[in-house]
Amino acid sequence: MNVYAIAYKNLLRKKTRTALTAGGIMLSAWVLATLLGFNKGYQQGLNRDIDNMGFQVLLTAKGCPYEAATLMLKGGTGLRYMPESVVKTVFQNPEVEKVTPMLMHGVFDPNKGENGAVAAYLGVDAQSFPPMKPYLEFKQGGWFGSNTALEAVMGYEAAELETREVGDKLLIPGLDQEITVVGVLKRSGTQDDGTIFLPITAVQKLFNREGLLTGLGIKVKKEADISALENRLYDLPDVQVVSMAQVKTTIMNLVNSARVIVMGIAGIALIIAMAGVINTILMSVMERYAEIGIIKSMGAMPLDVFKMIWMETAILCGLGGAAGILLSAVTARLSEAAVRYFLPYAPNGALIALDGQITGFAFLLIVAGGLLSGVYPAWRAARVRPLEAIRIEGEQ
Amino acid sequence: MNTAKVISARDLVKVYRRGSEEVRAVDGVSFEAGAGEMVAIIGPSGSGKTTLLNMIGCLDNPSSGSLSVGGRQVFGGQKELSERELTVIRRELFGYVFQKFYLIPTLTVEENILLPGAFYRAPAARQARDVMALLGIEQRRSHLPGQLSGGEMQRVAVARALINNPKVLLADEPTGSLDSRRTGEIKEILRGLTKQGITVVMVTHNLELARSADRLLEIRDGKIHA
Repeated sequence: MNVYAIAYKNLLRKKTRTALTAGGIMLSAWVLATLLGFNKGYQQGLNRDIDNMGFQVLLTAKGCPYEAATLMLKGGTGLRYMPESVVKTVFQNPEVEKVTPMLMHGVFDPNKGENGAVAAYLGVDAQSFPPMKPYLEFKQGGWFGSNTALEAVMGYEAAELETREVGDKLLIPGLDQEITVVGVLKRSGTQDDGTIFLPITAVQKLFNREGLLTGLGIKVKKEADISALENRLYDLPDVQVVSMAQVKTTIMNLVNSARVIVMGIAGIALIIAMAGVINTILMSVMERYAEIGIIKSMGAMPLDVFKMIWMETAILCGLGGAAGILLSAVTARLSEAAVRYFLPYAPNGALIALDGQITGFAFLLIVAGGLLSGVYPAWRAARVRPLEAIRIEGEQ
Repeated sequence: MNTAKVISARDLVKVYRRGSEEVRAVDGVSFEAGAGEMVAIIGPSGSGKTTLLNMIGCLDNPSSGSLSVGGRQVFGGQKELSERELTVIRRELFGYVFQKFYLIPTLTVEENILLPGAFYRAPAARQARDVMALLGIEQRRSHLPGQLSGGEMQRVAVARALINNPKVLLADEPTGSLDSRRTGEIKEILRGLTKQGITVVMVTHNLELARSADRLLEIRDGKIHA
């Protein structure tokens, strides 16, 4: 028989109350772990998405940079046009290793979904685009042979959605133009999974956009001064420079602003859980006032009683915290789906990254908060005088 | 009965203030009790019986007077003992039995008996078995208090009081919640303890139990009358 066993069994006296308090702690732990996991997962996903774009700088025609960044991260580019001649101008800069021109075009497809939807085609250069995306692997087939061929390469999800395989035909709505599928990509976990790639010259001809581009991806040489290049590109007329580093910073700043609010809510949840712990343990101490006095009359020192009550808090918070962490792991995909539903842009891959560091930190924070809230009830219990308990017995 | 004095009280006084009024709950009580002696304190309600018992058990400090227990000067010595020192004396010298038992409902009989050991020296399991056998509750060792009769619960409370081998057992209305048959059982148990050298001091309204004591102290208005 020891103080820990007594503490554990004391919690079993009022099972419903103990379960409700532990439930409150569990919810706090769940919210905390999920938010911390989201913060990490979102940052990792954003880094992965931007790194997988294969270029560090994107040129688009002048327009809203945030709109351009969002469209680009969703798999498109800003739908304004710039002249193809910009490719040569950009190549004149010594920092530039490779460039790849892109032309995005959207067509309304009345047969897509219930009410129709826009089908987007990304025209890319057959020579420069594949080396910039070395991580793309083919499930079937390969890249198109030339920039004029009426051929398409489909991302994994686009092919699944359209139920197309290599050799199948794609009909571009409104043009009555058939295109042959020559490649289907494996799943990459990036926005490329939902993209239909066509040769850039073919897209320019099909949609009457000869000599025009919507974007130009620029890969910079290793150890080159990217900011010096960006400063020179800013001077180009009718062109705007989207730095991937800036995009990352801008999105993270937006996410961080939202995170402060959400972490504030998590903090409130933690405080409410702590108040619940104080209330439960204090109520339990008051109910056992006489009993605690009797224990002290048996020779328990104030520190023994403090330990006993504090241990009850630790067990309650430990169990609630562990259950909350478990819940956050079990519901991570569900939480992720909810976050994706509400956020205008969410990176690909796991959005909630729960690792040992995050779950350990969340657990320790919950237990530390619980232990802190257990100090007052434990102190009150430690101060019970045996005689007061006996007097209470006499009065009852 | 051993004649060695285990309890020696001299002119114990306890004064309370009730508003502007001064109440002398215990007024100059002196008495001695030897090892293995059974002393019953009787008297009307409010006469100071429980206050006297609390002072003997180091649960309450006298306003004046001296008290020594087991050869240790507890009150009235050269220095006042701290709460910590009084706690040490309580756990080494005394066992307490109360009218309402105060068993922990989620602990089994055996765990309740071993409870004082959680805070002091842990008694051997064999010792717990011996005490349970002495009190006839060994068959109930795994039961919870809610599954016991009143008499059994009081026996468990007595066993818990005995687990640390006290020199003095203090009992406040030990049969107050029991019927006459169970009262007789507790009386026999307490008498049996005195044969093992334990001094028993009890407060009771039960005259049958009081008459079984070696000595009867009748208190009225804080003073001993017999």
